[in-house]
Amino acid sequence: MSPDKKMMVSMYETMNRIRLFETKLQEFFAAGRIPGFVHLYLGEEAVATGACAGLTNQDKITSTHRGHGHLLAKGGDLKLMMAEIFGRKDGYCKGKGGSMHIADFDLGILGANGIVGGGGPLALGAALANKYEKTDAVVICFFGDGASNQGTTQESLNMASAWKLPLVFVNENNGYGISCPQCKSMAVTDIADRAAAYDMPGVVVDGNDVLAVHEAVSEAVKRARKGEGPSLVECKTYRWRGHFEGDACTYRCDEELKEWMAKDPIPRFEEKLVESGVLKKKDLKEIKARIEKEVGEAVEFAEQSPLPEASALMDDVYA
Amino acid sequence: MSKKTYLQALNEALRQEMERDEKVFIIGEDVGQFGGCFGVTQGLFDTFGEGRVMDTPITESAIVGTAAGAAASGLRPVAELMFVDFIGVSMDQLFNQAAKMRFMFGGKATVPMTLRMPQGAGIGAAAQHSQSLEAWFMHVPGLKVAIPSTPYDAKGMLISAIRDENPVVFLEHKLLYGVDGDVPDESYTVELGKADIKREGTDVTIVATSLMVHTALAAAEKLQADGISAEVVDPRCLQPLDKETILGSVKKTNALVVAHEAVGFAGPGAEIAAMVAEEALDYLDAPIKRVAAPFCPVPFSPPLEQAYIPNEDDIVAAVKSIR
Repeated sequence: MSPDKKMMVSMYETMNRIRLFETKLQEFFAAGRIPGFVHLYLGEEAVATGACAGLTNQDKITSTHRGHGHLLAKGGDLKLMMAEIFGRKDGYCKGKGGSMHIADFDLGILGANGIVGGGGPLALGAALANKYEKTDAVVICFFGDGASNQGTTQESLNMASAWKLPLVFVNENNGYGISCPQCKSMAVTDIADRAAAYDMPGVVVDGNDVLAVHEAVSEAVKRARKGEGPSLVECKTYRWRGHFEGDACTYRCDEELKEWMAKDPIPRFEEKLVESGVLKKKDLKEIKARIEKEVGEAVEFAEQSPLPEASALMDDVYA
Repeated sequence: MSKKTYLQALNEALRQEMERDEKVFIIGEDVGQFGGCFGVTQGLFDTFGEGRVMDTPITESAIVGTAAGAAASGLRPVAELMFVDFIGVSMDQLFNQAAKMRFMFGGKATVPMTLRMPQGAGIGAAAQHSQSLEAWFMHVPGLKVAIPSTPYDAKGMLISAIRDENPVVFLEHKLLYGVDGDVPDESYTVELGKADIKREGTDVTIVATSLMVHTALAAAEKLQADGISAEVVDPRCLQPLDKETILGSVKKTNALVVAHEAVGFAGPGAEIAAMVAEEALDYLDAPIKRVAAPFCPVPFSPPLEQAYIPNEDDIVAAVKSIR
C-alpha cells in the first residue's frame, strides 16, 4: 500500500523534524546544556517515520531508550519534548522523566523506556486492552537488536502470537548493542527469522528506506487490525552517533559509518519525492526551513521554561 | 455474615469485583479452569469465561508487564503469580515499569493493577517456594503493599486493592488460606494503610503481620496467663504504613516487639523499629525486640523448617526479655 501525497509530505516533515531536533540536541549536549545523557536517533529516522505514518491516536506505541524519533513520529510535541530533555517544569513529564521517560498517553505514546526490552510486556498489555475493549486499534512495540535477545522480548513475541494480539514488533537493527556487534551477540543474521519460532510473519526491510518500512509495517498493521495477530518487521539501519552522546565509538570503524551515512534516508526519500512529482526542490527547502524554525521555537520554549521547584519532588509518586 | 475461609473470602472479592466492573479481569498461570495453584480463582472461569480469566504461558515478566500495560490502558487487571518467589523473574516489570510509570511521566499514567502472590513457609516447599518478600516491595516508591491476616481483611482489602488507582502488591500467606472467620456476604472495603488492633492490651505492643498475627495472638494468650497484657497490632498494609496506630499503641504500652516471617535483617520490622525509635523513643521503657526468620534460605526438611519459622514461644520470650 503506497502512501498518498499528503502522507508522503507528512513523512518527509517528520524525518526532518527528527533530524533537526536530534542535531540540536547533539549540539546542546556537547555544550553541556542538557543534564544526564541522551541517545540520539540520527540516521534511523526512516524507521519511526515509516512505521508510525498512518497510525491514529488510538493506536499505541512502546518505545525505547533511543525514543525521540518514535515520539516525534507519533506526533509528540516538540516544545514539550525539548523542555523535558532540558529538565524543565513545562516539559512532558514536568522534568521528572527526561530523555528516556517521555510519554503522551493522549497520542498513544506509552513511554520511552530506560530498560532494554522493557517495552515488550507493556505492549502486550496495551494490545490486550484493545482486544478486550473490542476496538481495532493496534500497538507497535519498537525494540532494538540488543533488546531482541532479552527474555522479555521472547516472552512477548510468544504470548502475542499465542493470543493473536493486535501487535506489531518493529525491530530497529542498528548493528550494535552499545558496543557489542550483532555477530557477537546472536547467531542469526536476520532477527526476523525468529518470527518463525512464534508462527508469525517476519520480514526484513531496508530501514533507511522510509517507503519500504511503511509498506511492511502497514501490512502488519492491517493484519493486526483484522485480528490475525502479530508480526515482526526487522528494519536494518545504523546509528550515526554512539550509543550515547560522548561515546567514543572505538568499537566501529569510520569506513562503516561513512558507508551508512551515504545511505542517509532523507536524501534518498527526497529523490523519490522529486522524481514522483510529490514535491519540488524548492518545497523541500521550504519544509526544512519551516521545521528548523519549529525546532528553534521549541528551544526557546525550553529555555524560557522554569526549572522545577523542589516542592514538586513528591508529586505523582502515587495516584 | 457467615464463616468463610481466607481463600473463600478472596474468591468472593474477585467474583464481586468482576460482577461490578467489567474492566476487572484475572491473568496468571493456571488461574482458569484449573482454578489457581491454591484454588483462589476456582469457579471464576466457569462464570466469566476465558475472556476475563486468562491462563498465560509460564512467563512471569509477560504476566506482570501485561497487567501493567493493560492497567495503563484503562483496564483493571488482577494478576496472580503462583508463588511470590517467582517475582524475581519479572521484577523489572513491577519495580521499574508499573511502580514508576506515574512519577516518570509527570503524573500522566494511572496503573490500577493488583498483583496477588502467595508467600510464606510451612508446607515443605523449600527455598524457592516459601519466602516472605514484603520488604522488597515496601522499599519501592509507587507500590502499595497489602498483607492481610484474616478472612475479613483479605476480602475487604482485595476489593480496595482492585479499586485502587495504584499498583498494589497483595501478599497472601499459604497457611492462611484454610483459616476461617466471619466475612460479610456483601461487598465491602478495608482501607489500605489502616492498621487494626487485633487484641487490646496495656503492657506491650506486638506489631505482627500476616500469619504472625495469629502466632502473636496465641503468644498474647500465654502472656496473659503470666500476667502480661499484650496488645497485638496488625498494620495490614506495609505501604502505606499506619504509623499513627502503631505509635499510639506504643505510647500506651511503652514497649514494642515486632514479629514477622520475613528474615529479620533489613526486614519490615527494621523499618517499624526505626520509625518508633525516631518518633517515640521517649515512650519506650525497654529496647525494641524483633522476632523474625533467621538470615538463611527457607529449608526443606520439616524440623529445619519449623526451626526457621518464628513461633509463639519466640514471641513470648521476646516480650519477657523486656517485660
